[in-house]
Amino acid sequence: MADTYGISKSPTGIDGFDDLTSGGLPTGRPTLVCGAAGCGKTLFGATFLVHGARECDEPGVFVTFEERPADLISNVASLGFGLDKLVADDKVYIEHIAIDPAELAEIGDYNLEGLFIRLEMAVEQVGAKRVVLDTIESLFSAFTNPAILRAEIRRLFDWLKERELTTVITAERGEGTLTRRGLEEYVSDCVILLDHRVQNQISTRRLRIVKYRGTAHGTNEYPFLIDEDGFSVLPVSSLGLNYAVSDERISTGIPDLDAMLGGGGFHRGSSILVSGVAGAGKSSVAASFVDASCRRGEKTLFFSFEESAFQTARNMRSIGIDLQQWMKRDLLHYVAARPTLYGLEMHLAIMVREVARFQPKLVVLDPVSAFAAPGDMTEVQAMLLRMVDFLKAQQITAVFTNLTDARGNETQTEVGLSSMMDAWILLLNRESNGEYNRELYLLKARGMDHSNQVREFALGDSGINLSEPYLGEGGALTGSSRRAFEAKTRREKSARAAELSRLQQQLDHRRKKLEAQIEMLKTDLRSDEMELERMIETEATYLAQLQSDERELRRSRKDSHASKDEREPK
Amino acid sequence: MTDSDSNRRKLVLYVAGQTPKSLAAIANLKRICAEHLDAQYIVEVVDLKQNPILARKHGIVAIPTLVRQLPIPIRKIIGDLSDTQKVLVHLDVNGVGHE
Repeated sequence: MADTYGISKSPTGIDGFDDLTSGGLPTGRPTLVCGAAGCGKTLFGATFLVHGARECDEPGVFVTFEERPADLISNVASLGFGLDKLVADDKVYIEHIAIDPAELAEIGDYNLEGLFIRLEMAVEQVGAKRVVLDTIESLFSAFTNPAILRAEIRRLFDWLKERELTTVITAERGEGTLTRRGLEEYVSDCVILLDHRVQNQISTRRLRIVKYRGTAHGTNEYPFLIDEDGFSVLPVSSLGLNYAVSDERISTGIPDLDAMLGGGGFHRGSSILVSGVAGAGKSSVAASFVDASCRRGEKTLFFSFEESAFQTARNMRSIGIDLQQWMKRDLLHYVAARPTLYGLEMHLAIMVREVARFQPKLVVLDPVSAFAAPGDMTEVQAMLLRMVDFLKAQQITAVFTNLTDARGNETQTEVGLSSMMDAWILLLNRESNGEYNRELYLLKARGMDHSNQVREFALGDSGINLSEPYLGEGGALTGSSRRAFEAKTRREKSARAAELSRLQQQLDHRRKKLEAQIEMLKTDLRSDEMELERMIETEATYLAQLQSDERELRRSRKDSHASKDEREPK
Repeated sequence: MTDSDSNRRKLVLYVAGQTPKSLAAIANLKRICAEHLDAQYIVEVVDLKQNPILARKHGIVAIPTLVRQLPIPIRKIIGDLSDTQKVLVHLDVNGVGHE
């Protein structure tokens, strides 16, 4: 396990700790683990030893000065260590060094060779590579001569180093010093401090690497957790702002909202804040995101700080979103915890751990404002910033809901979240004409063309609908005033249509009348014309008759001439 | 426990090799036995370098350790036994009638 620094490391099997130290504890060297009573020193040692025996083929010796071996085994049994099996398999030996000062008298010079003999025997018996001394300070209460003890402890550490045993030495925290007996002066390679602090009645366990020779290590305090999964350190450091970004758009689950965002929804990996007053529909919007994500077949993690999984599932069924089916299919993982259950760091740490385990594509925190109670504002902000960074670095889309004060300014988030968010959906619940109406507004959507309209937001059996805004004379209208206005407009419209058709009919009528008149006149004209034609015809007939009559007359008057004239051309 | 058991005295001195402390303790114990203790005392010297398992078995940490195994309760004295009077006090030699 050599790293770039040339120091060989022995993994401890403690989640997160090995990452933090790039490998684990320094191999073949002693490490001092100090902390107050009940902060997990023994468990740290036990985890280190069990991991070595199980996973690294490095058997170990647990030297317990306080607990009896049977107690030790049963204490860690609940964590699934199976220490008794390892003992039976000769992978671990538990050496109990019990000294009862009551039956002991010191007369003259002595040393602790007996301890060395027993340790050596135990080490040889299992071929140990790892040793835990828990806690060597008990020797100080058993033996009264500190000069001898110090010399012997120094000799013990040298002895351990000589045999290249990777050792964990636990020690009690002292007043103003790392350890009560100043053991830190003997161990120069690696010193780890465990802390257990109570703030506002919430306890948080923290771990700090005070010293680690030859290894670059974080100097921060890292929260750690002891639960059914054992000991885990949860390093959450600020990851900076150099993450990759995605152009992919993902649907919000609300088609109308997608439309407001130019059709595609939000960018994958963006942080979306949904803020609003109580009852504005924040959780419903979040559930839509979840539903859409699960529909895409993507894993989703829901952290709820107010409701249980069943409660959320039941409530969302009322708007036609079935979250239960996704939970059953392991697409949705629901984590519910009261904010006061842990400190902020621990919440963050647990969330990070859950994210790392479940590997979701979308994470919901509902609501982040719940943290305002247990933590102070700057801490909450710092925590959320780290959460945002952490999720962004992995291109996980994050939806945060935030409760705003109904009387305050809606655009003022309590924990100053806005600057770290890429998008902000504002849910308003405005009173007008004696009723409250839900409205939705996209306050911000980085890198996206988005609608600036305030939409009316309706929760129905089939999910969330955003109605087109009705822009009346007094601004956008919502609720019943909107419906009243729409009805009024409809009535006006139909009245106007009726009027128009009446006018149309009138015109038709007139046209028909006029056309009839025109027809009559045309008929008159035609009969006049016919009369005229007849007259012309009569006239022509008359004239022809007249001519023929004249000829007849002339012939009869000058009959001879006429007959002559008539005969001549013949 | 029989009468003879209750009257028996057994001391075990645990040492580790031929170190000056061990040798001093052996010498001191021999001297104390010769000068102050009667024949009731059975004295045994155990070298843990030879018999390390006994260190575990008897819970020995410091070297040298003198254990008064009998009479019960067990008493332990650690050190090179250089202070004879103290050793005698802790072995409860004067309280022979201690039952």
